[in-house]
Amino acid sequence: MEASHAAAGTVQLTEVSASGTPPGPMQIDRAQRTPPAVLKDLLEKMLLIRRFEEKAAELYSMGKIGGFCHLYIGQEAVGVGAISTLGPDDYILASYREHGQALARGLDPGEIMAELCGKKSGVSKGKGGSMHLFDKPRGFLGGHAIVGGQIPLAAGVAFAEKYLKKPSVTLCFFGEAAVNIGSFHESLNLAALWKLPVIYICENNRFGMGTPIERTSALYDLSQKACAYNMARGCVDGMDVLAVRETVAEAVERARSQSAPTLIEARTYRFMGHSMSDPVHGHYRTKAEVEEQRRHDPIKVFIATLESLGVVSPADIEELNEKVRDSVEDAVAFSERSEEPEPLELHTDVYVP
Amino acid sequence: MPVMTYLDAIRQGIWEEMERDPSVFLLGEDIGDYGGAFKVTAGMLKKFGAERVIDTPISESAIVGAAVGAALMGMRPVAEMQFMDFISCGFDQIVNMAAKIHYRWGAKVPLVIRGPSGAGVHGGPFHSQSNEMWFVHTPGLKVVVPATAYDAKGLIKAAIRDDNPVLYFEHKFLYRRIKDEVPEGDYTVPIGQARVAREGTDIAVITYGAMVWTALEAAEQLAKEGVSLEVVDLRSLLPYDEQAVLATVRKCNKVILLHEGTRTGGMAGELAALLAEKAFEDLDGPIVRITAPDTPVPFSPPLEEFFLPNAKKVAEAARKLAAY
Repeated sequence: MEASHAAAGTVQLTEVSASGTPPGPMQIDRAQRTPPAVLKDLLEKMLLIRRFEEKAAELYSMGKIGGFCHLYIGQEAVGVGAISTLGPDDYILASYREHGQALARGLDPGEIMAELCGKKSGVSKGKGGSMHLFDKPRGFLGGHAIVGGQIPLAAGVAFAEKYLKKPSVTLCFFGEAAVNIGSFHESLNLAALWKLPVIYICENNRFGMGTPIERTSALYDLSQKACAYNMARGCVDGMDVLAVRETVAEAVERARSQSAPTLIEARTYRFMGHSMSDPVHGHYRTKAEVEEQRRHDPIKVFIATLESLGVVSPADIEELNEKVRDSVEDAVAFSERSEEPEPLELHTDVYVP
Repeated sequence: MPVMTYLDAIRQGIWEEMERDPSVFLLGEDIGDYGGAFKVTAGMLKKFGAERVIDTPISESAIVGAAVGAALMGMRPVAEMQFMDFISCGFDQIVNMAAKIHYRWGAKVPLVIRGPSGAGVHGGPFHSQSNEMWFVHTPGLKVVVPATAYDAKGLIKAAIRDDNPVLYFEHKFLYRRIKDEVPEGDYTVPIGQARVAREGTDIAVITYGAMVWTALEAAEQLAKEGVSLEVVDLRSLLPYDEQAVLATVRKCNKVILLHEGTRTGGMAGELAALLAEKAFEDLDGPIVRITAPDTPVPFSPPLEEFFLPNAKKVAEAARKLAAY
């Protein structure tokens, strides 16, 4: 543990003013077609995730969060844009890098932070930890700590909803490294064969832990894999929250009206190491590469876009920042005052009584 | 009371549960039109329709994973493995997903995975394994192994109604070879309860699955020689009936632990440890294990016969133990 803290170092707080970042030209067009209240909500959610994750890194470095902790910093536009298209009765399954999707879905930040800290009040009673967040009433079905393990489940969730004649759709997030496991292929075939209302969102952040996609996949244009299953596909700039929102919205519409699945590749980048145990850059990528990618910070670009359109002012940004900081501080305070689980809690919930 | 085969009893149990509860559905390879490799699901497609009797691609991971997902949403899937050997392809979805969802989240995954296991039909290394112990070592799962037609029906119904993931190991050698009385209509056999298959006084033989019949055959032989074997059929391996195990050993004071699965890490070792801990003073002789050896299941009929425990081997061991 000590070694991993040392390796990770401290996390720099990200400057989130637009400061010199140009707005995305495509994003301006989409922003003009989106209600300002929606734009502000998207920005707030991305900011919340960024601040939450920075705080999680801090608590990890202090030893208050143990184990393994995978941050979503850099990928916020994917989770926030995609989940903004859902209704309250829809479902989400995600990987072990799922704090962002959980927050975007509206899980309580305090209960998430408490779970990261292994507290009794955590969303999974402290038994799951960072990689096992779950909140069924909010349609958030994990948090799955084995690469691609959630992909078959999503087909089952969508199947059951269709069988029960409910109009929900299911979003299934996973990283680009997960497309190489057998279950991915088995599941996409099932989803297409059974015409399931499920949307697979492959977050291509370019690295499976420390190995770049070029060294693990024979095909780089990952959404092409949908062709093997006669499935609709899309590829989207995962650093542009509005582009993600638009592409996923089309897929959601396809799922609802035609009960048909879609595979979407969202090209993104994680600004942190794979987990808190490894540095931001190192053997597998250079500092220059990470800095270049940070110029496309999805939050900075979005702020620049919104400022250029007059949707938000720098004062509004400061106010939003304060608001999310308060939420994160409240989350930490909740976790800090929460109790550790009792030892005998070990034995509860192994089976449904 | 109607007499039926082990296979028909399983089939009837599933059939009745499908009629009783619309959230029960079946999925697996060739279970629809074809009726399953061993015909356990014959006729079900016609009766219940393609929405509830679903032929799948050969994709065990997706079959189990989709069943877990559907169970999360309140369905009660019954997934067939064409042979229990093939369950290895869906292993992650069983031991990581299904087994730990309730512990991680408090959510129910009522799910049954069933299929044929066991040797004796010259199926060779990938169609003959008794691989139940892979799962007995996984808290969160339940594992049942019926030996009789009565239990086959009662346990499949109990498994389908259970709110936990249950692995239901059928023994393919028994499918059409045994018949017994099965009541018409509804009954269940509680998971976790053993039964005394034959009362006796001198040596307890604790076993399960097809080996119950082997033990009974040996007991019949030994009775003629004046040695009385009590045969206990575990029926469930996880959880197993600790009280029944202790009771028979306290009664007979000598014990043979018998199974078709391989030796190291087998159920017999677990029971031997239990007896050493809790029945040490009750034992009047060494604990005897009769199991398959630590090898794959060979195809060649004479080799397979050598691999499997049989009544002769049990009888020989019982004679020795009786004389101890």
